[in-house]
Amino acid sequence: MQEVRRVISVIVMNESSVLAWVSGLFAGRGYNIESLTVAPIPRGNLSRITIVTKGSNRVIEQITKQLNKLVSTLKVIEHEEMVEKEMVLIKFSNQENISDIQALSSAYNGGIVNVGEGVIIVMAADESKRIENFIAATHRYNPIEVVRGGIVAIER
Amino acid sequence: MKMSGAQMVCEALIAEGVKTVFGYPGGAIMNVYDEIYKQKSFEHILTRHEQAAVHAADGYARATGEVGVAMVTSGPGFTNAVTGLATAYMDSIPLIVISGQVPLSLIGTDAFQEIDAVGISRPCTKHNYLVDDIANLPRILKEAFFIAKSGRPGPVLIDIPKDITAEIGDFVYPKEVNIPTYKPSYKGNDRQIKKAAEAIIAAKKPLLYLGGGVVLSNAGDEIRKLAQLTQIPAVETLMARGVMGDTNPLFIGMLGMHGSYASNMAMSETDLIISLGARFDDRVTGKLSEFARYADIIHVDIDPANIGKLVDVDYPIVGDINKVVAKLINFLQGEVKPDRYQAWREMLARYNELHPLSYQDSDDILKPQWVIERIGKLVGEDAIITSDVGQHQMWAAQFYPFDRPRQWINSGGLGTMGFGFPAALGAKRGCPDKVVINITGDGSILMNIQELVTASEYKIPVINVILNNHYLGMVRQWQTFFYDKRYSETDLSHQPDFVALAKACGGIGYNVTTKAEFDEALKDAMEKNQVCLMNVAVSRLENVLPMVPSGGALYNMLLEYKD
Ligand SMILES: Cc1ncc(C[n+]2csc(CCOP(=O)(O)OP(=O)(O)O)c2C)c(N)n1
Repeated sequence: MQEVRRVISVIVMNESSVLAWVSGLFAGRGYNIESLTVAPIPRGNLSRITIVTKGSNRVIEQITKQLNKLVSTLKVIEHEEMVEKEMVLIKFSNQENISDIQALSSAYNGGIVNVGEGVIIVMAADESKRIENFIAATHRYNPIEVVRGGIVAIER
Repeated sequence: MKMSGAQMVCEALIAEGVKTVFGYPGGAIMNVYDEIYKQKSFEHILTRHEQAAVHAADGYARATGEVGVAMVTSGPGFTNAVTGLATAYMDSIPLIVISGQVPLSLIGTDAFQEIDAVGISRPCTKHNYLVDDIANLPRILKEAFFIAKSGRPGPVLIDIPKDITAEIGDFVYPKEVNIPTYKPSYKGNDRQIKKAAEAIIAAKKPLLYLGGGVVLSNAGDEIRKLAQLTQIPAVETLMARGVMGDTNPLFIGMLGMHGSYASNMAMSETDLIISLGARFDDRVTGKLSEFARYADIIHVDIDPANIGKLVDVDYPIVGDINKVVAKLINFLQGEVKPDRYQAWREMLARYNELHPLSYQDSDDILKPQWVIERIGKLVGEDAIITSDVGQHQMWAAQFYPFDRPRQWINSGGLGTMGFGFPAALGAKRGCPDKVVINITGDGSILMNIQELVTASEYKIPVINVILNNHYLGMVRQWQTFFYDKRYSETDLSHQPDFVALAKACGGIGYNVTTKAEFDEALKDAMEKNQVCLMNVAVSRLENVLPMVPSGGALYNMLLEYKD
């Protein structure tokens, strides 16, 4: 069966065990997690978990149903019409061509965010596919460290 | 009112109408046991192992339909209870397990008898709680009972640190539960139900496929009404045995790996499966791509995740079986002529005549199937039958003449050896007027044999019928069929003296080798009304048939085995 990529938001009670229930569900039932982010929703006692997963349509349907079944889940949103962003931080030596790096990152909604002793840190925020392109494009400036943030999404 | 956490636990149990708690004390739960000592509203039964305490609570729940309650201490007390939780989870049994935990301040320090109980139990509970503030305890207790028995039922664990059971707090037991994230739906969508009814009217070979959900939702009467009204034949899963009543002419048989020929063929040839509280388990469907190829599927289940999990469904209906079937009956009233499916019924009847469930009886050695039929004849509907796991379990499901839901109690989902005896204790405590018989094997019975002591202490007269083939019979059967008779670690020739064992623990033992001895022993056991072990020597190499080899198509059954 053909695998599809899906972004799923799970609105849950903001309790300490809830992330374990969600991640345990994926591990225990053999579902795939490409990325997962969690943060509280402002005002109130809910959190939003954004998960990127892959699977056949049957598996995706099971994932949403199983997530819904958890006692602490308020709502599961299987995104279709969404704006999706991911952030990345990359560290370079300041011996590299800083103006090139700056130009490159600004093409990906980013820029230099920190200049330290011997290193600069650059960020970009964009769709995942474009973040991958950005990381690939920075290769020739010998990145020291790359940190990706995982995806957040919002319905349009 | 001000009281300690331990008192709150007892008050909540009383408020929930709990009559019996099964458990085993230890350091972290001692405060609660101290309060149990002081009260008279419910009884506590001290099993001799925590696994047995949970199975007993489970058997109590299955027999009565009420929530079962077990109590254990932290660490090993809790880990011993895990098999019980998993067993209940797989069969959707409403249970509350209360475990002690080390004091809050010690959690996370690898303290003595500390184990992450909520972590371990997450995959085998419907929900669980680690109580971190006494202010939450009354609400959690109330919610736990509600969650255990509502929607698709299941076990709920409440893990309570010792300092919280000692702490004094305000106790008002909530009257209502409000969990914004948990709202099971019961009603079933009327439009979908109407469509399903239309599909039933249009079908030529419809089949009622009944699962354990029917028992859980107490829908037996409605199901029989539906069958009666429409004259649609029915097959039952292992978990639904008893729902139709075996003498009902519309009852075709049990389906699945050891189902009857007619039932499996019915499933393979039907044009409309009406699945009620069943979940298309692999032991039922056989090879999925070959399963019910001609059928449209109506799937009624309280758990949306069960629908479409394994097979594509044409008429999905999320709701309580009882309520949905009542509505189906309304739509179908007067719409189906009684002879509408007659040709189909006759065909299935012919299948049953062609290949009935059968065995070769013998004058030289007792046959396990005979023993089960005999119990059926002698005790019949007065009995509740529990069982363990193996050949004896399948034979009990095949050959016992069940006639009502909750008469048959077994671990179908997890297949837990050692379940039968403690479950029988719980069932007997819940239904003292019934004869409770555990049909077990010489392997399984030893997995919770210590409960003889519990049964004799509390005078719980459970009859254990050991179908003793001196083998781990079901595994031996697979080795015979699929491993060239290499009987790796399945020979149980080295046996305890079961009669002496029963006696040593305060019960009665019988050695049985003939039909006459069996009748006598069963009569004696029922008269004496004491826990007993009946060690019945049966033919060693008997096989459970028919058999759908694992992964094979449901219609490809081994109907006989020739050496
Ligand atoms: C706790 C547990 N361990 C192992 C198994 C695997 N198993 C399934 S049936 C069986 C044999 C059971 O033997 P016995 O109780 O003597 O029953 P019989 O099949 O001979 O009737 C075994 C070992 C199991 N189901 N449960």
